Amino acid sequence: MAENNVSVMDRVREAGRAVITGVDEKDIAHWVEISIMGKAYKVPADLTIMQAIEYAGYRLVRSCGCRAGFCGACATVYRKKGEYKLKSAMACQTRVEDGMYLVQIPFSPAEKPLPDIRKDPYESSVLLRYFPEIARCVSCNTCTKSCPQDLQVMDYVQAALKGDFKAVAEGSFECIQCGLCALRCPAEIVQYHMAQFARRMYGKHGSPKEKNAEKRIGELKRGKFDKEFERVMALSLNELKTIYTEQQKAREVY
Amino acid sequence: MIKKIAITSENVDFLEKISKLSDQVITKCDQCGTCSGSCPMVGEMDITPAQLMRMVLLGQEEVMDSKAMWICASCFACTVRCPRGLDVSRVAEALRQITLRQAVDHIDLNDIPDCEMKRLPQIALVSAGRKFTG
Amino acid sequence: MSPAKNDPRQKSKDSPETSPFSPGLKIPYFPGCTLKTTAKNFETSALAVAELLGIELVELPRWNCCGTVTSLTSDDLIHHVAPVRNLVRVEEMNDNGAVDEETRLVALCTMCFNVLKRSNLRVLEKPEELEKINNFMYLEKDYQGKVQVVHFLELLRDLGFAKVKEKVQKTLRGLKVAPYYGCLLLRPKEIGIDDPEDPTILSELLEALGAEPINNPFKTRCCGSYQTVRDRHAVAELTYDILGRARKEGAELVITSCPLCMFNLADRQKEVVEKHPGFEPMPVLYFTQLMALAFGLEENACGFDQNYVDARPLLKGKALIK
Repeated sequence: MAENNVSVMDRVREAGRAVITGVDEKDIAHWVEISIMGKAYKVPADLTIMQAIEYAGYRLVRSCGCRAGFCGACATVYRKKGEYKLKSAMACQTRVEDGMYLVQIPFSPAEKPLPDIRKDPYESSVLLRYFPEIARCVSCNTCTKSCPQDLQVMDYVQAALKGDFKAVAEGSFECIQCGLCALRCPAEIVQYHMAQFARRMYGKHGSPKEKNAEKRIGELKRGKFDKEFERVMALSLNELKTIYTEQQKAREVY
Repeated sequence: MIKKIAITSENVDFLEKISKLSDQVITKCDQCGTCSGSCPMVGEMDITPAQLMRMVLLGQEEVMDSKAMWICASCFACTVRCPRGLDVSRVAEALRQITLRQAVDHIDLNDIPDCEMKRLPQIALVSAGRKFTG
Repeated sequence: MSPAKNDPRQKSKDSPETSPFSPGLKIPYFPGCTLKTTAKNFETSALAVAELLGIELVELPRWNCCGTVTSLTSDDLIHHVAPVRNLVRVEEMNDNGAVDEETRLVALCTMCFNVLKRSNLRVLEKPEELEKINNFMYLEKDYQGKVQVVHFLELLRDLGFAKVKEKVQKTLRGLKVAPYYGCLLLRPKEIGIDDPEDPTILSELLEALGAEPINNPFKTRCCGSYQTVRDRHAVAELTYDILGRARKEGAELVITSCPLCMFNLADRQKEVVEKHPGFEPMPVLYFTQLMALAFGLEENACGFDQNYVDARPLLKGKALIK
């Protein structure tokens, strides 16, 4: 719907331009040609894939999240002109390159069974019970090749078959659950859900207990901090604001 | 029981397809029945290994409806004993793969009851996955 | 009958004079998933007896599941990637000095042995397929085709059962054992380590340990393998036949070399008893467990507590354990 004779798409385009606010297009020296879902665009070379998509006028309602390489929403699959290799990247963390043919994959359909942390036994059979398809792994390494985080996915799937929860947990620690591995797997394994399951089991049964946390919980239960809690809860809103502001001033500015 | 069949080019195509996939010269089979005699699973099968070979030889696609290929345990007893040097287990595999490659699995791994999943060793699931799922 | 040079009972290419065994032999070893989980006692007992025999089984780094049972179609390459990837690891172990010019890969699990050896032979026979697989696994070093896959029993045969006998501390006198070979140790012929119709290697081992080998006509009959997943009662019938005949021939114990045979012969006795209530449970052990017992090793090296049918009452009765 048009407001003040400016269309929605104009406003979107302007919002995309904000990425290079203060820079005149005439002053941009380096441009690249990319293709977004089959349509060609010329974009400034310094942009990330996500910025380039927005520069081209798209408003992202999916495939967009934290913009900081952490949430796994902006999984992008691409090929480069003249190459057959299929590559993957996180759109918010990767610069565009000339000849990129790209598409975004916002979602990977996969069921996520939840372990019963208290009841399920801490052994390899539990992983196979919830994810029997891991027995179908052919060690083709496609999952590893698909991972935008450069994780050794095949290795942690193999560790699951060996019942090594620790290796699964450590190997999958930096997984951002983008789902690309599961989409490309010929054995239809859902690597990232299996890994999360394993991490939860490992956290409960395998990893060393955090002694300081246990100590603190004990102190809390014994009421060591009760007085302090009561004091803070009794403060007025203005008193809280004063304390907070003073605290912030005392901190270093990052 | 006598069954009259006419061999058409479709039958020949089926025979050639299975021959190529199994890399066996199936026409060498002389129906001696040694494979059937050696098979440990023959008691469970609806048709014997020799009958399976016969149906493939005549290009009868109805062999795909039989259960025998799924009951095969890939033990290679037939393979080592066939006097014509045919690898019957590979013919069974070729027939299984025709179905599996159409994304039609023979078992659903999720159907295995929990009590079984707690007992079964990995090796059973890996090998069953290989032979019964595509 | 096959000519002498193809006779699987012939020793490996090294003759006894140029023994393949130097003291402290380090040899690449492929465990397989099951030996790390439900068949841990197979691995534990094997590593212990190997050490006593002067063999160090060095586990393959970064190994992956072998993907048993081997893919039998002519056009399928993807299912050979997993075994070949493991063979690359053996060559890597040689390159980085983890082993010294040792390109044999020893497997304990018979199914792993079979699939690794079959894939190895296939890519050696078809160099264009090896090239495709190497290209596909472009993140790995190319497989050069140098590896020879052997079963642990072949290592023992090459060492000589006389050497095995030397290590026996406790002769298994009076123990009547029926060897069970199953299928994949012996078939197909180019993979098998012994005659598929009349194998003797396990009997030779038993004699070296002082036990009495009992011949079971069903010793090479398939246990049902992966059919245990789809139809456990059919497998139970096979078990009933195999073990029943062994018992009839006078055996008190059965030995095997495969975790799936173990499961089908031992764990499935539960289903056998359901259908045949009079069935007398038959203890089944891995051959390495008996070796560990004969070598005088501690009970935790023998791993008897992990066997489905407890062999200890029988062994106690024979004064072989306390």
